[in-house]
Amino acid sequence: MHKLLTDSPGKKMLLLGNEAIARGAIEAGVSFATTYPGTPSSEISLNLFQISQESDLYFEYSTNEKVALEVAAAAANSGVRTFCMMKHVGMNVAADPLMTLAYVGVKGGLVILTADDPFMFSSQNEQDNRYYGKLSGLPMLEPSSVQEAQQMTAYAFDLSEQLEGPVILRTTTRVNHSSAFVELGQLKTRSPKGDFTKDPLNLVTVPAVSRKLHVRLLEKLDKALELAETSSYNFIEGSGPWGIICNGVSYNYVSDAIKDLGIEEKARILRIGFSNPAPPNLIKSFFDGCEKVLVAEEGEPVMEETVKAFAQEAGLTLRIAGKGKKAFSRLYEFDPATVRRVIADFFGVSFAGTQPPDLSDVPEIPQRPPNLCAGCSHRATFYAVKKAAEGMETIYPTDIGCYTLGFLPPLAMGDFVICMGSSVSTSCGFSKVTDKKVISFIGDSTFFHSGLTGLINAVYNNHNFTLVILDNGTTAMTGHQPNPGVDMSNLKLSGYGHVSIEAVVRAIGVEHVNVIKPYKVKKSIETVKSALAYEGVSVIISEEMCTLYANSLKKLNVRAFTITDKCKNHRDCINEIGCPAFYLDGENVSINPNTCVGCAVCAQICPENAIIPVKKK
Amino acid sequence: METTRLIIVAVGGQGNLLASKVLGEAALLSSVPVRMSEIHGMAQRGGVVESAIIFGDAESTIISDGEADILVGFEPSETLRALNKCNSETTVITSLAPLPPFTVAIGRGTYPELERIQTLLKEKTKQLIAFDAVELATKAGNMMSVNIVLLGALIQTGILPIPKENLEKAIRTKTKAAFVETNLKAFQSGFNAAVNG
Repeated sequence: MHKLLTDSPGKKMLLLGNEAIARGAIEAGVSFATTYPGTPSSEISLNLFQISQESDLYFEYSTNEKVALEVAAAAANSGVRTFCMMKHVGMNVAADPLMTLAYVGVKGGLVILTADDPFMFSSQNEQDNRYYGKLSGLPMLEPSSVQEAQQMTAYAFDLSEQLEGPVILRTTTRVNHSSAFVELGQLKTRSPKGDFTKDPLNLVTVPAVSRKLHVRLLEKLDKALELAETSSYNFIEGSGPWGIICNGVSYNYVSDAIKDLGIEEKARILRIGFSNPAPPNLIKSFFDGCEKVLVAEEGEPVMEETVKAFAQEAGLTLRIAGKGKKAFSRLYEFDPATVRRVIADFFGVSFAGTQPPDLSDVPEIPQRPPNLCAGCSHRATFYAVKKAAEGMETIYPTDIGCYTLGFLPPLAMGDFVICMGSSVSTSCGFSKVTDKKVISFIGDSTFFHSGLTGLINAVYNNHNFTLVILDNGTTAMTGHQPNPGVDMSNLKLSGYGHVSIEAVVRAIGVEHVNVIKPYKVKKSIETVKSALAYEGVSVIISEEMCTLYANSLKKLNVRAFTITDKCKNHRDCINEIGCPAFYLDGENVSINPNTCVGCAVCAQICPENAIIPVKKK
Repeated sequence: METTRLIIVAVGGQGNLLASKVLGEAALLSSVPVRMSEIHGMAQRGGVVESAIIFGDAESTIISDGEADILVGFEPSETLRALNKCNSETTVITSLAPLPPFTVAIGRGTYPELERIQTLLKEKTKQLIAFDAVELATKAGNMMSVNIVLLGALIQTGILPIPKENLEKAIRTKTKAAFVETNLKAFQSGFNAAVNG
């Protein structure tokens, strides 16, 4: 049995924040769940995917976040408790349904989780999705700890049903990827079957209906405001004259700082967990008796601006600070020492903590940047394209996935990326306004996510570029989740369809389509050359399973290669493909037999044919 | 309860996350509050994995520069890289078996000398316990149990409020059944290595 189905209320378990969130949803009787995977949210859906294989929970990896939210919207409008998870930038993709679903509302509880990523540990930006609460007019909950994440997730479903609208649960990486003890709660029974009642005058958002629904949304928001005023997730600790307002993980750092600084008698904290709509009365009453107030929040000054407006309403002139040169930064994530220092400075407390040692005499330590794995098929494809395009002036728009790492030397195959799917659409723009050869890269999962529409645009508007679809048979970067092109029988799962990338590309109307096996280097280069020579949209589909994934499926036939004494030290192997199985043994190039998976790409590019398979003993 | 802050640094694939899990489970058995966080986004692709584990009464799940009580490094250059997390009172435990980054392996970059790494760590912290954990793990029967060897050394220092028995119990329940015996041996050999400094 999956550990998150353990039916022992009161039992303590060490859980990852994302496991605690999945558990909270299970405790709320969630019966329907949709997602597109994205760090730092991915383990929530992974656990629900596993649970769905041994229970009546319905779970799906949807093609993108917009689809995931629309699928979820229907389930929730049929009365089923539904959970929809995504990373922060996924919310941008889902923003279209989000804004109007807020008007329409739901019958069964719908919780939409956005996992924000301050410091961009694994993201392209660090946007603050608390603005989506304000933008959509939906209530927002923000946990500070792993245990609270579990409780808040369960509560969010009740709140959604009480307000008959979706609730946004907003986490940050340090909640998702922290672990702590969690006390298990009661499990609710799932009700996966729903029913839909026709009600077009409330559910079909033509202007006349929406005008009425917007009124109702504001009424719901008023009701949410009353709940926020008295929510146990908004609480005051301490009674001193120094006020600190905080949310999320900042609350942890503030709590520790107050203890470290020994100002328990002086400080009072207002922790905001039910953050949208912000409760004016609670905040104004918190100001009572405060000499000055510091707002500790990662990201944008969302609470700061709100509480300053409330202070103005109350006619207060006390000093309120948050973001600024001498206070908190809008950049990156907080840490305990930074929060402690800002609190100490703002309230005039001295603190002599421990200091890092003087590092001036520490020699430079070589960096350890992430690299494409040994035997990664992307490396082989990049090499083939690079060779085929030799002598051309090129632009390589790329996309979001492992293959983004191809932008690093020695491959250096990646010139532009902004978001999922952008490789294809930006190729349209680049090829139109420049005279350079545009060759773009997109992974299989990303192609289904949002590359398709760009490709249709390219055919329709008659653009001129080559798109390389890197089909490694899985969504590798986020932990090998399936996608519509994946053969689900590999995962021993039945009841799924299968979408052929080649058939889709041909159906769109791309006339020059080729499939390559990138480990066959010469043939791949020739095929890519023919695509580059074509005027118009050409597509190369490069098929080879991700080595890590193949290994996990026990489908990897490892046959390590070695370097013979034919080697004349040209070092093309090292200088051109950068495979991490290579190392220098003195002046001699060597291959680590424990790392090499035997893709044989290096053997095909060696001018002396000096690289051969290790003889089997 | 007093707070003890531990940083573990490793290269992806060295078993840092399992080590954290075993420590967390041992803390649960010992009724010691524990909070931890990890950054492992690109771990499978050869990056660095850093875990922060905080025992006792604190709410934070991360550790600021200069505030680790103990630093455990599974790879010597990574231990040195994490020196900014230490202070003059920090105990450092490191394996001495290098895993050179790819850039060094292909001759573009210099790996710091092991002697120099140890001198720097010794000079700038309270105490350094250093040995070849790969060698000990191999002797115990599984070269992959470097993580468990280092847990042995960590527990020997007595800095964590966790009794040895509970850590061994956690190894029994949280590591793969087939490896429990070699892991317990690896644990003991790390424990012994720390006695000898």
